[in-house]
Amino acid sequence: MSLRSPLGRVRGLGSAKDGTGHWWAQRLTALALVPLTLWFCVAVISLSGADHAAVADWAGSPVVAGLLILLIAATFYHAYLGVQVVIEDYVHNEMFKIAGLLLTKAAAIVLALTGILSVLLLLLG
Amino acid sequence: MSSSNRPLSPHLQVYRPQLTSMLSILHRITGVALAVGTLLLVYWLAAAAGGPESFAGAQGLVGSFIGRLFLFGWTFALFYHLCNGIRHLFWDAGYGFEMQTAERSGWLVVGASGALTLLSWILGYVMMGGS
Repeated sequence: MSLRSPLGRVRGLGSAKDGTGHWWAQRLTALALVPLTLWFCVAVISLSGADHAAVADWAGSPVVAGLLILLIAATFYHAYLGVQVVIEDYVHNEMFKIAGLLLTKAAAIVLALTGILSVLLLLLG
Repeated sequence: MSSSNRPLSPHLQVYRPQLTSMLSILHRITGVALAVGTLLLVYWLAAAAGGPESFAGAQGLVGSFIGRLFLFGWTFALFYHLCNGIRHLFWDAGYGFEMQTAERSGWLVVGASGALTLLSWILGYVMMGGS
């Protein structure tokens, strides 16, 4: 027995209005973040106590810059999706909820852009 | 089905704490902590892009006692969320739902994230020559 309405079945959407898109994006970014995070941890550990010249040298490689940009994009996408669910679960006042979601999205975009711009500056600098 | 017979989500106040439920909420807590921790990642990158002076300032802040304390907490949060996230991906693929397996993978996550945290910090201090 299906619990879905005929219209819902036709549209392929659940109560969240966007079907499994959110769930799937969270899993894909999680999967991408497994190798990216491990790579970043190894890199940061090997840069422990390094001075600016060493870090700039490391970040000056196109491969490193590319991986950093991928890491930043996946991280903030994944973080937004996660914090969004936490807000939806715990904030019951509709106005606070919408404000919280908008602020989280804005913060994720601004921080991601700042990070990517910094990586590009390091690459070209 | 009458409404009184519907399955209810657990009443947390009277629910006996157990490993699986504790690890589940810890996944959320570490996730939110990591979202806040991205501030440090972006600050570190921006400081490096700003030049030697701003980078030295950032290194000084991160290298302070409070900075290291936060960084240690974030290291554990990162490895916990990473390990438990992999556990979640196995569940998403349909594996590991048996009670005994879930309990065992839970302990495995606790052990692995603790070990990875300690290993990272030991290696970090070795890289710095023990300072």
